[in-house]
Amino acid sequence: MKAGIVVFPGINRERDMAIALEGSSGRKPRMIWHRETDLSGLDLIVVPGGFSYGDYLRCGAMAAQSPVMAEIRAHVARGGYLMGVCNGFQILTEAGLLPGALLRNAGLRFLSMDCHLRVERNDTVFAGKYAAKQVFRAPMAHGDGNYFADDATLDRLEGEGLVAFRYVTPEGDMTAEANRNGSARGIAGIYAPGFRVMALMPHPEDLVDPLMGGTDGKPLFDGLAA
Amino acid sequence: MIVGEKLARSFGLSGEEYARVLEIMGRVPSLTELGVFSVMWSEHCSYKSSRVWLKTLPTTAPWVIHGPGENAGVVDIGEGLAAIFKMESHNHPSFIEPYQGAATGVGGILRDVFTMGARPIANLNALRFGDPSLARTKRVVDGVVRGIGGYGNCVGVPTVGGEINFHPAYNGNPLVNAMTVGIARADRIFLSAAAGVGNPVVYVGSKTGRDGIHGATMASTEFGQNSEDKRPTVQVGDPFVEKLLIEACLELMATDAIVAIQDMGAAGLTSSSVEMAGKGGVGLALDLDAVPQRETGMTAYEMMLSESQERMLIVLRPDRQELARAIFEKWELDFAVIGHLTDTGRIVVSHRGRVEADIPLAPLADQAPLYHRPYVDTPKRAALGEVADPVGIAAALTTLIGCPDLCSRAWVWDQYDSTIGGQTVKRPGAADAAIVRIDGSNRALALTTDCTPRYCLADPEAGAAQAVAEAWRNITATGARPLAITDNMNFGNPEKPEIMGQFAACVRGMAAACVALDFPVVSGNVSLYNETEGTGILPTPAIGGLGVIEDAGAAVGLALAPGLDLVLIGATQGWLGQSLWLREIGGREDGPPPPVDLAAERRNGDFVRARILAGEVAACHDVSDGGVLIAVAEMALAGGTGVQLSHLPAGAPHEFWFGEDQGRYVLAVIDAAAVMAAAAAAGVPAVLLGASALGDLTLPDGVAISLQGLRAAHERFFPAWMAPAT
Amino acid sequence: MKAIVTVMLKSGVLDPQGKAIGQALHGLGFPEVGEVRAGKVIELELNETDPARAKARAEEMARKLLANMVIESFRVEVA
Repeated sequence: MKAGIVVFPGINRERDMAIALEGSSGRKPRMIWHRETDLSGLDLIVVPGGFSYGDYLRCGAMAAQSPVMAEIRAHVARGGYLMGVCNGFQILTEAGLLPGALLRNAGLRFLSMDCHLRVERNDTVFAGKYAAKQVFRAPMAHGDGNYFADDATLDRLEGEGLVAFRYVTPEGDMTAEANRNGSARGIAGIYAPGFRVMALMPHPEDLVDPLMGGTDGKPLFDGLAA
Repeated sequence: MIVGEKLARSFGLSGEEYARVLEIMGRVPSLTELGVFSVMWSEHCSYKSSRVWLKTLPTTAPWVIHGPGENAGVVDIGEGLAAIFKMESHNHPSFIEPYQGAATGVGGILRDVFTMGARPIANLNALRFGDPSLARTKRVVDGVVRGIGGYGNCVGVPTVGGEINFHPAYNGNPLVNAMTVGIARADRIFLSAAAGVGNPVVYVGSKTGRDGIHGATMASTEFGQNSEDKRPTVQVGDPFVEKLLIEACLELMATDAIVAIQDMGAAGLTSSSVEMAGKGGVGLALDLDAVPQRETGMTAYEMMLSESQERMLIVLRPDRQELARAIFEKWELDFAVIGHLTDTGRIVVSHRGRVEADIPLAPLADQAPLYHRPYVDTPKRAALGEVADPVGIAAALTTLIGCPDLCSRAWVWDQYDSTIGGQTVKRPGAADAAIVRIDGSNRALALTTDCTPRYCLADPEAGAAQAVAEAWRNITATGARPLAITDNMNFGNPEKPEIMGQFAACVRGMAAACVALDFPVVSGNVSLYNETEGTGILPTPAIGGLGVIEDAGAAVGLALAPGLDLVLIGATQGWLGQSLWLREIGGREDGPPPPVDLAAERRNGDFVRARILAGEVAACHDVSDGGVLIAVAEMALAGGTGVQLSHLPAGAPHEFWFGEDQGRYVLAVIDAAAVMAAAAAAGVPAVLLGASALGDLTLPDGVAISLQGLRAAHERFFPAWMAPAT
Repeated sequence: MKAIVTVMLKSGVLDPQGKAIGQALHGLGFPEVGEVRAGKVIELELNETDPARAKARAEEMARKLLANMVIESFRVEVA
């Protein structure tokens, strides 16, 4: 897939994302400054991690009002793929492209450590290179990753199979300890209906090189390379 | 306000210094002029008490591109690349307002590095706090950790290492020393000397407010009862703007527009403009009406002394002004031409049609005060004599591994983004030095900060040599080649001869170690007057070390795997003086610190590095605080692997296992016989300690200590201390 | 004129910050403190003289940006 990475002021994991995408596809993704409005020719748009607009007001709130968002909506309407990671997840919920919101971590502290994610379904382009219910490791680094939605929305997400990844123990069990930011029903990532839009809080892009401690994140990018 | 000696004193100038101001000016200075003199001649900006000593430090090596005197030190790391790094204190602000003090400390040191053309790739920090049983200490630790994380995480530079000590001597004066490392092309380094009469002087970044006025002089005075009142002078950081400033500056640096560039740090517009013009031997005319302002009604004095953060001063090629403006406007940052270079040799500051300051630059720099402060040597401590072991080895291990100075720092690291950038090969705690690969290269940097202040108090010369040696050793223990250091000299009131004696002896000790280990000082910072109501801190010459390893994949960590032999490199005599065992188990800080044999240090380290690079070493850990058994236990915990110790020491077991003799490493190897033979051939002492295996940590006498229990003890302190009150 | 927008988490949304503040106040000797909710106040200087219009515009701003209606509610006062 031909990929582009949207860069808002304050985004800071765009280079990590570019390395991971290029590592799997062999092609450099296009970097898209947030004032650009021509997203034609791209199959996949990624909204990466960082602190867009300093996370001031609410994480992702101001980026969600940016001109490029209209183009991103049009891209999704055309059937294009869209992925948000960390601040990207926050931006996509603030923009209403995904339901729910990301609240302050339950412990009120920034969390930077590896977590384990369980692949809830593997029949999507994002998770297709993982096995069903596979558990993989990913670094997380966020202050506001506590997924929240009302019960009806959560029931709908689960009913329609839209939960992408959950926080689990290395053995694959959902426990309070494994769900460090306190997310509702252990949700780490979700799909929009149609499975072409996906966002998650942790950073698989930072675990794609054995030298950095593992390649657990690589299957995600291999899936997007095809 | 009437300008006179009384006001000058309240600005921190002595009577004698004010007399010199009068002489230079030939008249009574204006308020703004007095402000300029007072900040430029403050301890913080002028190094007036420390300069004579700092000059004696070794600062050169074939790989040093720029030593002290620039915004940061620059060393050649091969492949046409340079590492640019420095450590700087933000001690006083961090006590007054821990979050903002620490945050702006990180911001300031980042600017020192990217102003030279480097993209920052790593942050570290050396922190010293007071007695953990005080509520105030807890508040300071919490705020400082949040502040470092809040700024570093947002700006997108991984925080990969550092150190934390606790000691009551820091109750009223915690130390926050922040270090940044960046990478630039060796032929694209940007300096601060202004040049080109007529060239525009450009202000970029955030707007100017009334923040931090007289911060530089505050950083140079002792705290008294009323230091809580100084709160309004603490600056507030904006890491979002800093991130934009990094990107905008690096974008501009890719062009040929910049003649000179400097960040506005302590003493803001004053120090940046005076230093740039002074270094370039030119004059400067500033029009303060053009300065972007956040508040209304600011005076010239306030603007010249404001320490608003995230601002830079640039001298541009005149034909590139519009190109530069377009870049800063793209990043939504202020860009204003606020003056130009002149041939007058003077700084002339105008505001609302009036000349508010007109000062000759040469005497402002050349006649800055320089003090040969009187000093007395620290008396040598008497030898410790025999100390009995009251608790036994297993109990002491469990106590030590859980004490605040040795317990797990995971609670702290877990709040710092250490993986951003995707190049962190060894995260905090995984190796003796953090290993960060250079994007696009196979090379990596090895980074560490070190100092053992209790050693420095007992014997400043040996203690400072130890700090340099430990930094060198921590880099060596990963397989990297140590290149250079930055120093952050934190001391008490230099007007006291005994404090000045500590300073002088520390510099002597550092210099000797730097020479012996080929490990020059390339940048640094001095923080004096760290005293509250007459009580000074421990002398703390914090060392930030940098090394390079050609193959990032060859770097080793400290985590143990099963099936390896453990070999102790270096001589052990069982030195308990100033050891943590003596403090935590014996209840006293006593005796002289371990001596540092620099020749043995070098020989042992070069031997260890050669073994690592030959692929003979699976894991390596230097022996420092707590001694051999703590080193072994840390390796076992990091790898989740037990150890069967077999070595029976000749002397008292507690002296062998907890003594803090220097120049030692624990190596985990597959072929111990080969390593021992190589050590014997090289004249390096080596002892086979035992072997790793799944299960417990078992002492030579068969006493087994469960890894689980050890881990619980190791990981208890911070989370329990910081748990919210219920 | 000035519009003051107060943004609070909706009552169904867990507010760990408010909880932490409550616990801290108890620890400081204020046992009478019950539930604590933390929110934010945003002051807007408006180039507008008609209070009704100012209020309506500020409410529009709150719905569009200042509050996230999934988790927050808001109140606007004009002065």
